Amino acid sequence: MATQYKTIVRDGLWDNNGVLSMLLGMCPTMAMTTSATNGLGMGLATAVVMAASGLLVSMFRSRITQEVRIPVYILIVAAMVTLVDLSMNAWMHELYKVLGLFIPLIVSNCLPLARLEAFAAKEPVLPSLMDGIFMGMGFTLALTAIGAVREIAGAGTLFADASLLLGPAFKFMEMKLMSPDKGVLMMILPPGGFLVAGLLVVVKRILDVRAGKAIQMGGAHSAA
Amino acid sequence: MKQQRMMVHGMILGAFCLGFGLLLAFTDRVTAQDIAVRAIEDRQNSLSQVIPDSIHDNNPVTDTVAMKDGQGNEITVYRATKEGKVTGVAYEIFGSGYAGKIKLMLGVDAEGKILGVRVLAHKETPGLGDKIEVKKGDWILRFTGLSLGNPLPDKWKVKKDGGQFDQFAGATITPRGVVRAVREGLEFFAANKAQMMGGH
Repeated sequence: MATQYKTIVRDGLWDNNGVLSMLLGMCPTMAMTTSATNGLGMGLATAVVMAASGLLVSMFRSRITQEVRIPVYILIVAAMVTLVDLSMNAWMHELYKVLGLFIPLIVSNCLPLARLEAFAAKEPVLPSLMDGIFMGMGFTLALTAIGAVREIAGAGTLFADASLLLGPAFKFMEMKLMSPDKGVLMMILPPGGFLVAGLLVVVKRILDVRAGKAIQMGGAHSAA
Repeated sequence: MKQQRMMVHGMILGAFCLGFGLLLAFTDRVTAQDIAVRAIEDRQNSLSQVIPDSIHDNNPVTDTVAMKDGQGNEITVYRATKEGKVTGVAYEIFGSGYAGKIKLMLGVDAEGKILGVRVLAHKETPGLGDKIEVKKGDWILRFTGLSLGNPLPDKWKVKKDGGQFDQFAGATITPRGVVRAVREGLEFFAANKAQMMGGH
């Protein structure tokens, strides 16, 4: 059992990373990684939705028939997104002002759907919850990394406005590395997103090859 | 046999829709009141930036007049009153930016002088056009104190067009849209002053 969880964690964070290995969820990845803070926020919101929907799909997996599974998965993801959206608006309003923009976008992310189909539909409740959490964390990691590179190269800052997202205590994270005039604007515009994401995929592959791992090409297969 | 199976699938899908529909309806009920309160607080925050506390003793959020602006948009005019006299008004204005509408809140005193302008929503390019936000630059603060006669009408433009307002390096369309929206907002006030300031 313990080795299974270890695999789930490794797969989610690195080996089968949603963005850097499977190249899923590119739409929010391109749109929301103009800064490290935005990437982090989008990643965390997605992780919450992935954990909740993984748990639910796994709970109902024996009731959902093959023929209607896709609409049911979409229903569950959309319901979870709306739930998160409404409760954050009501009870975590400061955070909602920063993240509110990203939350509805989670529905259009194919990564949650891929994990529900590939994992939660077949596995017991606890591993499915873990898969949702760690795939979500891996997504967060990738988005924050892409956002950080784009932000440094484009605007000369790192984690700007992090205190708006995480609270005033995180003011120390906000860094100004160079004057904004020196930034390469293209990195913040959409082409920069493709460039940086592509380069980070290459970096990950080089690291994997160095470590002697077989490269996992895109494909959302079950981890177990 | 086949028909029966189809029914079963339909029932399953229907049951899930019903279940999650109920869950959402319940969440909506629980959160609706808090969300309404938050929306009023937000409104209060953006109003307090364009109407200084010192000029009113009422709550402008609840003292409103509904009007139609020059482009036919429904707008709400928020009034600041002190000892029963209207000392200023605030209302939404719209500019056309590089990537769609820019929504702003304009505060004007009884003489038609700008109390403040703030951006409420926009889709301008991050790092270029977004310097119109007060947290990204002080450009928007330069409107405070200006009026239709100051600067003169032909100077209500960005420098590139022969006016007196700075554009940003790499972005002219955004500030041009904002300057124009503010000028039109002031003209709207001049033309409709009686209705906007009028008695209750």
